[in-house]
Amino acid sequence: MKRVVVALAALFAAPAQAQTQTEIHWWHSMGGALGEKVNDLAGKFNASQKDYKLLPVYKGQYPESMTAAIAAFRAGNAPHILQVFEVGTATMMAAKGAIVPVAKLMTDAGEPFDAKAYLPTVSGYYTDLKGNMLSFPFNSSTALFYINEDALKKAGLPPQAPKTWKEFAAVADKLKAAGQQCVYTTAWPSWVHIENFSAWHNVPIGTKQNGMGGFDTQFTINSPLHVRHVSMLGDMAKKGLFTYAGRTNQGDAKFASGECALFTGSASAQAGIKKAAKFGWSAHFLPYYDDVKGAPQNSIIGGASLWVMGGKKAPEYKGVAKFFAFLSRPEVQMDWHTSTGYVPITLAAYELTRKSGYYEKEPGALVTIQQLTNKAPTENSKGLRFGNYVQGREVIEEEMEAVFAGRKDAKGALDDAVRRGNEILRKFEAATKS
Amino acid sequence: MEKRVVFRSAWLPYALLAPQIAVTVVFFFWPAFQAAWYSFQLQDAFGLTTRFVGLQNFEALFADSYYLASFRTTAIFSLLVAGAGITISLLLATMADRVLRGALAYRSLLIWPYAVAPAVAGVLWAFLFAPSIGIVTYFLRRMGIDWNWIIHGDQAMLLVVIASVWKQISYNFLFFLAGLQSIPRSLIEAAAIDGAGPARRFWTIAFPLLSPTTFFLLVVNIVYAFFDTFGVIDATTQGGPAQETQILVYKVYYDGVKAADLGGSSAQSVILMAIVIVLTALQFRFVERKVQY
Repeated sequence: MKRVVVALAALFAAPAQAQTQTEIHWWHSMGGALGEKVNDLAGKFNASQKDYKLLPVYKGQYPESMTAAIAAFRAGNAPHILQVFEVGTATMMAAKGAIVPVAKLMTDAGEPFDAKAYLPTVSGYYTDLKGNMLSFPFNSSTALFYINEDALKKAGLPPQAPKTWKEFAAVADKLKAAGQQCVYTTAWPSWVHIENFSAWHNVPIGTKQNGMGGFDTQFTINSPLHVRHVSMLGDMAKKGLFTYAGRTNQGDAKFASGECALFTGSASAQAGIKKAAKFGWSAHFLPYYDDVKGAPQNSIIGGASLWVMGGKKAPEYKGVAKFFAFLSRPEVQMDWHTSTGYVPITLAAYELTRKSGYYEKEPGALVTIQQLTNKAPTENSKGLRFGNYVQGREVIEEEMEAVFAGRKDAKGALDDAVRRGNEILRKFEAATKS
Repeated sequence: MEKRVVFRSAWLPYALLAPQIAVTVVFFFWPAFQAAWYSFQLQDAFGLTTRFVGLQNFEALFADSYYLASFRTTAIFSLLVAGAGITISLLLATMADRVLRGALAYRSLLIWPYAVAPAVAGVLWAFLFAPSIGIVTYFLRRMGIDWNWIIHGDQAMLLVVIASVWKQISYNFLFFLAGLQSIPRSLIEAAAIDGAGPARRFWTIAFPLLSPTTFFLLVVNIVYAFFDTFGVIDATTQGGPAQETQILVYKVYYDGVKAADLGGSSAQSVILMAIVIVLTALQFRFVERKVQY
């Protein structure tokens, strides 16, 4: 009997001890190996202090976890921290009362916070015009250009990446002539060929500084340069030089399997390619049009940031702030950067990684950072902020698909994308006007 | 003389009906009413601001050429699914009905796919036809067909139709088989003695006698194509490429759940509700007349 009592006491004592810690819930979308890394991060944070317990939960892919959090917020039990993909930024930002800006959180909690410590191309995406950081940049990558060096050699070409789209076209023709079945494919068509393409050539995606200056913005992606590029892709598709793979990262596998020789996709695809590729490959800057003045500028990020949800208690916010301070530490950032391939978010972490000699071993990781910081970001290359851009990007991709399938010409498709996209923006503007 | 049972108590019949009515009200009328209510509103994703906008959501929908095209896509898709599903399963049922030995094994095998969830069916077919790695794609490529449903709309449509039909065949098959087995043997034998061949026996006896079953399946299959194929589409094309396989119900889901546009999504479900009510009424009014019970 006595033993039972002791066992029961032990059973109750354990949770009682845990309850003295403040729990912080974090919903994220990092599956597989990345999910393990997130758990590892949380474990390290929990071990570093005693007052707070961070509980990360995988809530499905980006759109799903965002939907789940919105539903939870409506029901009054949102998590403290929510990982939101970059296209959801405007939606989150407009939800005043549902979120707490990170800058305010850090000041209120009295945690040291210097916005200038962060890489401007990364933090700029999540900062308002007054310089207040709204959400905490977590996993950021950019679009890169990959080449299969063996395939190039087989076609009698030097294993070097074409720098411009003109050189690219010549290389593509030669690969095709040498019998390459799939010459070029891409992942994330809108992100690579509209969003990063615009920043890389320093042309606007939308008015009002790509929407950062206000919700009364309009798309400008039917400019002559955009039409020229999409029309070139359409021609390549017609000639069998460009194989369309889909709207997300389906292109990754086509390159990693050796099916396609040239590929544009996320820098985060490198880990998968490294594992699967049985050929020589390398990552490079995105091609550009050399007759465009100022090109190449710098590319923009993709990925996600951490948003702090509103309506929680002050001690809980203190815990969130402590976690963000922990995440900003150079050694934590370097660990995250080198094990996942996402870029470091602070300059100090980048310096630390550089000094460790990591980039000599992993030139692909350096290309990512070099391309993001190629020049000081302009209004056109800081990022973008469009309302309901989940829908907006979908519209752009639909119109691009119509061009790739040969059913529309580039000008008509991009005009339609602008018209339909603007309708979405107006609806968002009306819905968020209080 | 019709025999009627009359309750003596005034409240008992209502009390006995109450659970059923409560379920219908809570799970059918209440959500339908809410959808109708939301369709007149404009709301941000988090529900922080809500404004009454009258018919704006509907006006926006009918001004959208893609939404109008979605009606055509849905009509084509439903006709293909219902048509192919009913034809193939009728053929299979007729064949299975003639089999004497091992009939049970054939029947069980034909009924199997019904146990597969729509999303799984979608994934299975998507794998077989996957543009890079699919086994069917491999053979199609060798035959010189450029198979890539990621970009070719007609191929994407074909894929979702195949997956949806495959899933529904078992259900149709069961009903047709039961229908065929309930046709009196004496009729068929009499026709055979009179010298009618198998084809003639089928078209003049079995087919007309199956018409109630066929009609029932037509209604069920159209409703299936309208609503239940959602899982198949979500697991394969997700409405793409360029909305070529965007059926109405998928757009409702996409706009409401993924794009967090509750007003627009609700307006669409109200329209969808109206369509299904009209379709079912029409079917009962006109097609049912041709049915011989």
